[in-house]
Amino acid sequence: MASFHGNKINPDRLSFGQWKFFTFLITLSVFMILPIIFIFSQALKPVDELFLYPPKLFVHHPTWGNFAQLFSVSNVAAVPKTKYLFNSILVTAAVVFLSIVLCSMTGFALSKKEFKMKKVVFEINIIALMFVPAAVTIPRYLVVQKLYLMDSYWGHILPMLSLPVGVFLVKQFVDQIPNALIEAAKLDGANDYYVFRKLVIPMIMPALATVSILAFQLAWNNSETSTLFMSKETLKTFAFYMSTLTTTTAMENNIAGQGMAAAAALLMFIPNLLIFIFMQSKVMDTMAHSGLK
Amino acid sequence: MKPATVKAIKNELSAYGFISPFLLIFTVLVVVPVVTAIYLSFTDFNSIQTPKFIGLTNYVNLITQDNAFMMYVLPNTLKFALLVGPGGYLLSFWLAWLLAQIPRRSRTVLALAIYSPSLTAAVAMAVVWLVIFSGNASGYLNHFLMSLAIINEPIQWTQSPHYLMPIMVTVSLWNSMGVGFLAMLAGILNINGEMYEAGYIDGIRTRLQEVWYITIPSMKPQMLFGAVMAVVGTFQAGAIGVQLSGANPTPQNAGQLMVNHIEDYGFLRYDMGYASAVSVVLLIIVYGFSKLCWRLFGESD
Repeated sequence: MASFHGNKINPDRLSFGQWKFFTFLITLSVFMILPIIFIFSQALKPVDELFLYPPKLFVHHPTWGNFAQLFSVSNVAAVPKTKYLFNSILVTAAVVFLSIVLCSMTGFALSKKEFKMKKVVFEINIIALMFVPAAVTIPRYLVVQKLYLMDSYWGHILPMLSLPVGVFLVKQFVDQIPNALIEAAKLDGANDYYVFRKLVIPMIMPALATVSILAFQLAWNNSETSTLFMSKETLKTFAFYMSTLTTTTAMENNIAGQGMAAAAALLMFIPNLLIFIFMQSKVMDTMAHSGLK
Repeated sequence: MKPATVKAIKNELSAYGFISPFLLIFTVLVVVPVVTAIYLSFTDFNSIQTPKFIGLTNYVNLITQDNAFMMYVLPNTLKFALLVGPGGYLLSFWLAWLLAQIPRRSRTVLALAIYSPSLTAAVAMAVVWLVIFSGNASGYLNHFLMSLAIINEPIQWTQSPHYLMPIMVTVSLWNSMGVGFLAMLAGILNINGEMYEAGYIDGIRTRLQEVWYITIPSMKPQMLFGAVMAVVGTFQAGAIGVQLSGANPTPQNAGQLMVNHIEDYGFLRYDMGYASAVSVVLLIIVYGFSKLCWRLFGESD
């Protein structure tokens, strides 16, 4: 029994016996974040360091020059970079908000309401967890075209809104709310909307935080809808602009462009990181109920 | 009508009120596209003229005529999926288990470091990979290997049919610690500590036995969720080869996956009927693999 208490799961404090785990974990973590540190370093390098031979991993004299260049140099279409950023922010905000609304409504009904199609809808959603959107790019293109969503913000937003994982996680989380609580509110004369708004929503905040992170990553990192559905340059997103900076030819012929591309990559990454750091404890809370049976 | 029936109908209607927006969007984005893909796969469609019904011709061509598909795309896809899927999955579980052995504060920091690759966008990471794997002598990997005298000439990493696939696998493994990894970490942390004590009383001697007899059986649902996420993520991660090599098809089809093949036929050659047949095959493969996970981890009752 002594050895068992010596290294148990989820220990309260550091102890010498944990050194093996730390050795592996720190080695692997370094490997995982090295490419990310590289983006930071590359984004802050002045031009002469980007040209340096032999190449150096870390920046010596960091500068904001690449960022200044990113926002001042105009591209072929002469669209200001802030317009791409604005589009990304608008689309992402809409996707996050609508995903929260959709997932919470559906999750609530699938968990706490009784209706005829309940089992069927839940099963369909489970099957949809295994769905690969990339496989139906062509029919989706046709659907977006038929709905006249080409060259509109809805063409960005709508394709991002089916989030079966989000519905599933919210449903699992609502399952944790005791039925008695809802019955009690009903006896006091509350209708479904009131129960949903005032009782359920405040209790499932961790799950909604998780949905918002997933939706954020999906929308913010997405360049496909710009490529496929937008022909007007002014409607395209920052992720799309990012992808034009990193085509092989653009990168290899233009070393100065590498610093600019790294600056843009950093702008893509930072919001993802910040949001996750702020919400990580809520995400772990939600994931505890993520099991599939 | 009796008041009870009225109440039941009201209840039913209210439920549909909550669920209909999702159902509507789900139908438009998933059901309609899947049905359309199945329909188009039986037609000849160039995106301008109306689709012409040609029966199973696309599928027959896929199996008998399309050399690139049978020789490269399908084997590549399966090879990539079998390396990245189970590989990333085992790595996720192992890392989650290691993380569960250390105290909370250090765990949060290290978990963030391990999860952070999943926060990056593929379009943004191209910046890093193209510079690291750059084909001339000033590429980081080439320079590193040349300074150690392992190689004499710079290698065209992303243009070489020989190296493209291993690079794709490495990069995909690097960012495979996603939602499934978080689910498994939460699963391990939520196992009741008394389970372990009971296990040790029953004669468990090693950590390996502990993992096998207690940890995995206690978190089967999370294991299954992680597995399904791994399967879907693997088949979704198709763009990487085209991104690295800058060409579709990739050099000598070395990194060509089904997702790229669909894009190649659908949006570059405008043979959308044929591309849809490939899509349908892909959906069936993903579904098959997910069902296999269900067999392995699903609860038998």
